[in-house]
Amino acid sequence: MLSAMKYASPTTVAEAVGLLGSEPDARVYAGATDLIPQIRAGRPEPSVMVDLKRIERLCAISSSGSTYTVGAATPTADICAHAGLAAAFPGLVEASGLIGSDQIQSRSSWGGNLANASPAADTPPSLIVNDARAVIAGPGAERTVAAADVATGPGATSLGPGEIIVEFELDEPPARTADAYLRLIPRTEMDIAVVGAAARVTLDGDGKVASAAIALGAVAPTVVRVPDAEAALVGNEPAGDALAAVGAAAAAAANPIDDKRGTVAYRRQVAGVLARRAVSIAAERARERGGQS
Amino acid sequence: MTVTEPKPSYKYVGTRPVRHDGLEKVTGRARFAADLNMSGQLHGIVVRSPHAHARITSIDTSEAEAMAGVKAVITGDDFPAVEPGHRQYDMCVNVIARDKVLYEGHALAAVAASTRDQAQAAAAAVKVEYEVLPAVLTIDQALAPDAPVLHAHMMTAGADPPAEEPSNIPNITRFSSGTDMDAGFAEADLVIEREFTTQPVHQGYIEPHACVADTGQDGHTTIWCSSQGHFNVRSSTATLLGWENTRIRVIPAEIGGGFGGKTTIYLEPLAVALSAKAGRPVKMVMTRDEVFRATGPAPGTKLRIKLGVQSDGNLVAGDAYLIYTNGAYAGPGGLLGAMTVFESYKIPNFEIEALDVVINTARSAAYRAPAAPLTAYAMETMLDEVATELGIDAMDLRLRNAVAEGDPSTMGFPFARIGFVECLEAVRDHPHFTAPLGPNQGRGLAAGYWFNIGESSSATVNLNEDGTATVVTGSPDIGGSRASMALMAAEELGIDVYDIRPVVGDTEAVGFTDVTEGSRATFATGMAVVEACRKMVVELRGRAAKMMGADVDEVDWVDGQAVYTGSDGDKDPLPVAAICAKAKRTGGPLTATGSLEAHGAGPGFAVHLCDVEVDSETGVVRVVRYTASQDAGTAIHPSYVEGQIQGGVAQGVGWALNEEYIYDSDGVMENPSFLDYRVPVASDLPMIDAIIVEVPNPAHPYGVRGVGETGIVPPIPAVANAIYNATGCRIRDLPMSPVRVLEAITANGGSNGA
Repeated sequence: MLSAMKYASPTTVAEAVGLLGSEPDARVYAGATDLIPQIRAGRPEPSVMVDLKRIERLCAISSSGSTYTVGAATPTADICAHAGLAAAFPGLVEASGLIGSDQIQSRSSWGGNLANASPAADTPPSLIVNDARAVIAGPGAERTVAAADVATGPGATSLGPGEIIVEFELDEPPARTADAYLRLIPRTEMDIAVVGAAARVTLDGDGKVASAAIALGAVAPTVVRVPDAEAALVGNEPAGDALAAVGAAAAAAANPIDDKRGTVAYRRQVAGVLARRAVSIAAERARERGGQS
Repeated sequence: MTVTEPKPSYKYVGTRPVRHDGLEKVTGRARFAADLNMSGQLHGIVVRSPHAHARITSIDTSEAEAMAGVKAVITGDDFPAVEPGHRQYDMCVNVIARDKVLYEGHALAAVAASTRDQAQAAAAAVKVEYEVLPAVLTIDQALAPDAPVLHAHMMTAGADPPAEEPSNIPNITRFSSGTDMDAGFAEADLVIEREFTTQPVHQGYIEPHACVADTGQDGHTTIWCSSQGHFNVRSSTATLLGWENTRIRVIPAEIGGGFGGKTTIYLEPLAVALSAKAGRPVKMVMTRDEVFRATGPAPGTKLRIKLGVQSDGNLVAGDAYLIYTNGAYAGPGGLLGAMTVFESYKIPNFEIEALDVVINTARSAAYRAPAAPLTAYAMETMLDEVATELGIDAMDLRLRNAVAEGDPSTMGFPFARIGFVECLEAVRDHPHFTAPLGPNQGRGLAAGYWFNIGESSSATVNLNEDGTATVVTGSPDIGGSRASMALMAAEELGIDVYDIRPVVGDTEAVGFTDVTEGSRATFATGMAVVEACRKMVVELRGRAAKMMGADVDEVDWVDGQAVYTGSDGDKDPLPVAAICAKAKRTGGPLTATGSLEAHGAGPGFAVHLCDVEVDSETGVVRVVRYTASQDAGTAIHPSYVEGQIQGGVAQGVGWALNEEYIYDSDGVMENPSFLDYRVPVASDLPMIDAIIVEVPNPAHPYGVRGVGETGIVPPIPAVANAIYNATGCRIRDLPMSPVRVLEAITANGGSNGA
């Protein structure tokens, strides 16, 4: 176990991509907080583990004024400590802070959380409601895709051979906009989402919803967007019947399984509850933010 | 602390010194079994069954033996044959299976190699052929008329009429008041009958089982291991190997949690056999996965209780039918359930029938007050229901029926002095009892009982040349007992507690001592320490008399020095250090021993009060306030009494809310990790307010009652009653997980007003 593997720590994206192309079962890792437990649990060892943490671009946070760029391997601890991100994307930053313990926080990353493609991952729903884009490097030219298009099923992604996520781009939210993320875990810490729900709401000047995005985690093979819930909100105040419709639509959109962590019925019901609550929190934050952008 | 009567003024007993082993533990330097490494050491890995129930048709070790680094491979054939009826048959065939495997994870072979990786690879190369048998995974399956029988020799003990065919019921226990039950229930104004089900749970000790064994050319072996009783490791290992005890020395390492789960053995005989075969030391350390699959769950149960109560709240009749599953082998669950179910209350007419049932899951092991938390779950939630039904305060109902000194126990003997009523009153008088509740919150009250035990203990006190003392006992310290031994010795000898070094001696360094179990160490081993110290004081007075030229009867021992009380003028007192300094001239080294079979372990009672907040839309329950009283007799070291109470609460809350073994349809455990087997984390619990009640145990020189176990008994019903008071839902299946709580709330008509 962990015995015959090689370790590589490239300092450039090109070098990393080259290493990945050189060995058929090379694996990249950012935090390795999923990869190492998977190997310990008996998954085949990669021939070479390519550490992305030494590549400056993958661990940097920058802002152009209208767009944030966050390296795919940036520790979530750094993300949580970033005042600009926390103000612009409070739900996404909260989701980032939920991954594991303090020790894990110094290793875990958005790129790893998304590319590991666990249906229960905490940050993908929030990345998706904020229209995050993933910049992907590989043997060909760099390409940019919606974060929503990266994971395709449990443990499966649209990344091609030798491709890695380099960074994420997030546009500064418009005025009266905010997000929220909630998850259900039986404990208070150190657990995996039984259901996760992210919401982003933009209000108009009258306090009605101008646009909304709602995404659920852990209730389907990949993150589920809930267009019916979004449609039910637009043009309405985020309260009363509109919120009830959000809950019903989210419960209907959930397509969960029965397993040791929860039942189908439970996950559907709670998906509705959390979606509704996440919308309420996001809307309250959007009101507080007012005209700032 | 609630003190019921004036107690002697102690100088050391009842104080809170830093424990002698504390600094090494908090700095990470204490040596646990897995920390030990020896020159030339091999690594042992166990080969385990993937099937829940199968006959082993063949084991081929040839490929494994030929692999790189492999020095020894063993199977059941490397141990003496053992037949049903043997005193420790179950333990022997559990440690290494012979013809059958009875649960997924059952050990059937082991490999030792130069590296752990090599040993793992070789273990995977051991070829085992199985005839897979249908698995029995639940109590209902085990009791079905056509159930596969796990043990062809298992004839029910206690069956009436006697069993003629083998079954999955190893034994039936019956207790009764011997009175007319129908007449008893006829006196009742209210009769309620309820059923409960619970799943196996694990003790959840953080340190996995680990040992190193080194067998010499002379056929003697030394074992370093983590256990609750190294004398038991010695005798059990000797039994399995067919050796004399004298060939085995067991040296206890620090122990990283046991809670009952380390009162039996798993690895040690395998390590010794591998070491003997390879001629090298062998280290074995379980993974967490192995710990879950192959060690220690507490039993799952099905319980049915019927209670008859008069309108004023007097309990008049109780009928209990208890089924415990102890996993693949016979166990004491049913007996212990029968001994605890009605023990806390005066019930003039009672009948108890308790069955043990075997199923194809890991053999259960003791877990803190074994069986009692489950009978308390049933009994204490039913009392709550009775109180609601009759319009009586839940506290008043318990005070009215609580047992006190002189009342008969279930088995007939009268209770000596006990502190149940005092524990109830301590909670009733605590500010928590009348504090207002917030929205969506509910409060639950529950009581608990554990009988505690005595058993054999030995201690040696050696006074050193400088007047300090070493106290050697045979009790592994799982809860701060070394500090308690030092405090009692300090009190007896008048030596400062930090001038006493309390140590746990190995099997060749101290007299026989039973396992640290039944909350017995501070009680029974403490008695041995006191006995040794009192002999030492007699010796010290004699030595001082010689030095003073006085008669021993003229010398008293006062606060660490010999004081002359005779009439031959004034003589200077002789402090212990002065006597030690002259020991060579007064008779030689100063040493004394105490060895005894302790009787009169005072039963422990506890009363808990729990506030929960329930999210009625998700079923999530948070414990927001918790107060626990417990009778400690006399708290030798109050901090560790509080720690035991708090630890019991933490484990009980986990048991109540989230912990359970989950198996797939083939009997393969699905949640063998702390991610999916959810013990509480620190943020799941509020600060637990521990109230120490002191009603001295008349059988102990300082009045000690064991405190290690009772604290886990009330939490499950306390949480359940609190959930009821928050939601109106009675949940009679454990765990009360969010899924189950939401189901109950939904079935009950939805929201609790959130």
